[in-house]
Amino acid sequence: MEILVCVRRVPDTSENEIQLNAAGNDIERDELVYSINEADNYAVEEALQIRDRVGGNVTVVTVGAEDDEEILRRQLAMGANQAVLLYDEAFTGSDGKGIATVLKDFVQKGHYDLILTGVQADDGAAQVGGMLAAMLDYPFASLVNAITVADGKLKVSREIEGGNREINEIDLPCVLSIQTGINEPRYVGMRGIRQVASVPIPTVGASDLGIAKGTVGEVSAKVKRIDYFVPALSKGAEMLNGSREENAEKVLELVGAKGGLK
Amino acid sequence: MVGNYSPAQIADWLVPGRNLFLTIHALGVACFVYIVAKRMVPLLRAERDPRFDQPWARLQRVFKFWLGQWKHPRYKLAGTIHILIFAGFILLAARAFTTLLVGVSENFVMPGLSGRTGRIYDIVTDYAATVVFLCMVVAAIRRLVFKPARYAVPAKYGKGHTADAVFLLGLIAVLMVADSLFAASQAAGHALQGQPAEDLAFLSLPWLLKVALSSTPLATLWAVNVTAYLVHAVTFYFLLCYRPFGIQFHVETSLFSVYFAKLERGMLKPVRWDVSDEHLDQVKSFGVKKFEDFTWKHMLDFYSCADCGRCADNCPANAAGRPLAPRFLTTKARDYAFQHYPVLGSPKESLPLIGNIYSEDEIWSCTTCGACEEECPLLVEYIDKIVDLRRGMIDNGNVPQSLQKPLKALESRGNPYGKLEKKKADWIKAPEFRKGCEVKVLDGKNGADTAYFVDSITSYDDRMQSIGRSTARILDHIGEDFGILGAAEKDSGHEVRRFGEETLFLALRDHNTDAIKAAGVKRLVTADPHAYNALKHDYKDVPPVEHISQVIAREVQSGKIQFNPVENANSVYAYHDPCYLGRHNQVYDDPRTVLDAIPGLKRVEMTRSRDRSFCCGGGGLMLFYEPQEEQRMGVLRVRMAADAGANVIVTACPFCMVNIEDAIKVAGLEGKMSAIDLTELVDQQIVRAADTESLETAKLETATCGG
Repeated sequence: MEILVCVRRVPDTSENEIQLNAAGNDIERDELVYSINEADNYAVEEALQIRDRVGGNVTVVTVGAEDDEEILRRQLAMGANQAVLLYDEAFTGSDGKGIATVLKDFVQKGHYDLILTGVQADDGAAQVGGMLAAMLDYPFASLVNAITVADGKLKVSREIEGGNREINEIDLPCVLSIQTGINEPRYVGMRGIRQVASVPIPTVGASDLGIAKGTVGEVSAKVKRIDYFVPALSKGAEMLNGSREENAEKVLELVGAKGGLK
Repeated sequence: MVGNYSPAQIADWLVPGRNLFLTIHALGVACFVYIVAKRMVPLLRAERDPRFDQPWARLQRVFKFWLGQWKHPRYKLAGTIHILIFAGFILLAARAFTTLLVGVSENFVMPGLSGRTGRIYDIVTDYAATVVFLCMVVAAIRRLVFKPARYAVPAKYGKGHTADAVFLLGLIAVLMVADSLFAASQAAGHALQGQPAEDLAFLSLPWLLKVALSSTPLATLWAVNVTAYLVHAVTFYFLLCYRPFGIQFHVETSLFSVYFAKLERGMLKPVRWDVSDEHLDQVKSFGVKKFEDFTWKHMLDFYSCADCGRCADNCPANAAGRPLAPRFLTTKARDYAFQHYPVLGSPKESLPLIGNIYSEDEIWSCTTCGACEEECPLLVEYIDKIVDLRRGMIDNGNVPQSLQKPLKALESRGNPYGKLEKKKADWIKAPEFRKGCEVKVLDGKNGADTAYFVDSITSYDDRMQSIGRSTARILDHIGEDFGILGAAEKDSGHEVRRFGEETLFLALRDHNTDAIKAAGVKRLVTADPHAYNALKHDYKDVPPVEHISQVIAREVQSGKIQFNPVENANSVYAYHDPCYLGRHNQVYDDPRTVLDAIPGLKRVEMTRSRDRSFCCGGGGLMLFYEPQEEQRMGVLRVRMAADAGANVIVTACPFCMVNIEDAIKVAGLEGKMSAIDLTELVDQQIVRAADTESLETAKLETATCGG
């Protein structure tokens, strides 16, 4: 099975202190460290596991810039067969639809049975997967938390409200957005990355994909970020000041009232 | 032992006796050589391990730990029994050899054991055989009746070994009885014939048997004599050839295991002995993934383990109900070796160890506290094996999710918490602290003689920053010209290395080495035993490092540090030895000296202290790992302190502080038990210039009262 995984590099929320910039329209990016978006990492792991079960290739792709090569290399170290960087100045400033358009044109240049995205980027809007499927006229399933391959089709489990699951059969080729927790992604350390240091990562631009000027990038973006703010702190946590037993009882009551107990 | 009749002559009527005994000898020796050769096969396929250096140091260890049985008295009864059996075997070796050869050449006498010396030797060995026999009886009774808990084998680790152990004890007992009966029947026969009979040692087993045989007819005596000889010879060779199939192989291998044992404490084996750090990237596979990835010495350890259970008995992971007991790491590997390298047939295809004989959680459960290695009478190594197995798992990407985030953060930020580098020195900026103590950051503008290596937890953790501040105030008080590396200091990588992430460790080490060199300091000091061990053993080319407890102890002696008396008369202190200060670096006395220098401080020792200290739960990445366990190690430790009658636990490690403070809460001992770091206690009790006046007054008052 030929699998394409669309990934994205994001500031790692656990390793950064996110602060607004002076203009208030973006976050301060000077000292950020980045990593692959968490859900995308699960998607790559899932692709690798499917490949290891049924054979085929895993390609990892990102719409980004030179700096984004680091996450592609990390995914190569994880075991992806190849990685492609979709970079062109014309792509800069794309909205979700612009990104989906670039990806659609890339998909149509190749031959993929299955396209995976993460359910949502840490700084994203959970929109590219669905748009990509629609543009390609492929079936789409979101919030996927289990995949089995059977007779040229897939059985996918989707997470629905309340932690329940539904199982769908879906035709190939298709696009799936992968929920975190679907698997346990393997670890990639510096050693793994060094071992794939010399693997070439081709850069594909607008002309390679035949993307006309003005169809992607800032000029065509119809969604623009106009503000960025950190919500004001609301009132603090409720402190329980009873005895240990009373507190335990109260916690049970509170969790139960919110539907956390069955 | 030389009489008119030797077994060779007596068996004349059956087959030419000499030929029979020669055949037994030849068969026995051939079988043994064949089996041992087969056992050596995996060792020849194993990884390199250079252990042929420093023969003198190694011989000294043989004298101490093998011949001297140094570790055995740590378990009084079992240890005493073992020492007696071991001494018996050593003494009886020449006697057994002589007895075997007498069957072939009846006048054989071991060189050096003729005449008077020989007679003394016979007397001594009569007793030796008796003692060994009695030890077998006692050992069998222990195994069968008292069943010490540490011999039990939980079902998940395989079958129990009691039957095998008792069978072997029985064989040795038979050997002793046969040997004694041979001597007794011969002596009785000579006495009956009016010939000069051998003097058997009074009340020894041969002596008792001789008394029992005193009225036996001569013909029966010779029959008994021949039978005893045959039984002795057959049992001897059966034992010799059976031992390599189980726990008694250590009789043969222990000498080599001890000789080739690891000489340096606190050090880890490199990924490959024959590959330097710079060339590690070229190594295809890291760590131990299959049995043949172990070094030959580690395989020898598997053969040598006597399954005495002392390691597991002292293992905190085992005590807390984690799925790890060092003993079974060894026995499972030995079982694997026996199955995959059979005595008959060719070696079988090798399997990945993780998933077949070991579980992932088993290997991640170890805190590398070293209690097992400290206890092992045969100096079996565990930490290197655990780390090698972890290196293999890391290399396969097989890492618990709970550890992946901190490892990633260590890679990108240089600390497991993902905190910003520029905030590393924030702890020195607290206004209250800054008023009394200004700490330099050695960033090129400032220089100093000494760098205080703070490490991640003390730098970033709100609670542990107090240890950093106390350490700084102490260094300031003694007039040390010191500073910290600040943002340039990354995690020491101590646990990174022990969790098997060698490449990341080397990156951290190289970074810190450069930072330390750039600071141009002459000395390093740290209050974190893990950083201390890393800087001392894992780093190269850095200035000498001391743990703060060593510095304090020295300055207490020099008089630069003096203490105010403790205020709370009800406080009873117990010192908890951090593994990487105590066991791994032998710093046991300095912290105690410091505590005992504080006037009025009441101190008790926990039963498990010093080299038997009980790990609080582990440091560094272990704080992120979510083990399967029945209870926390820290809780067990806190209860031990309570049992000792203490209500304050003093430790000298920030990780111990995390674990112990948590454990006090979990154990429900809040308000009854507290924990304090040695530096905090010293900082609190130290006599400062401002105190001197009042102290003088107090002394004066005391003197007046006394007068």
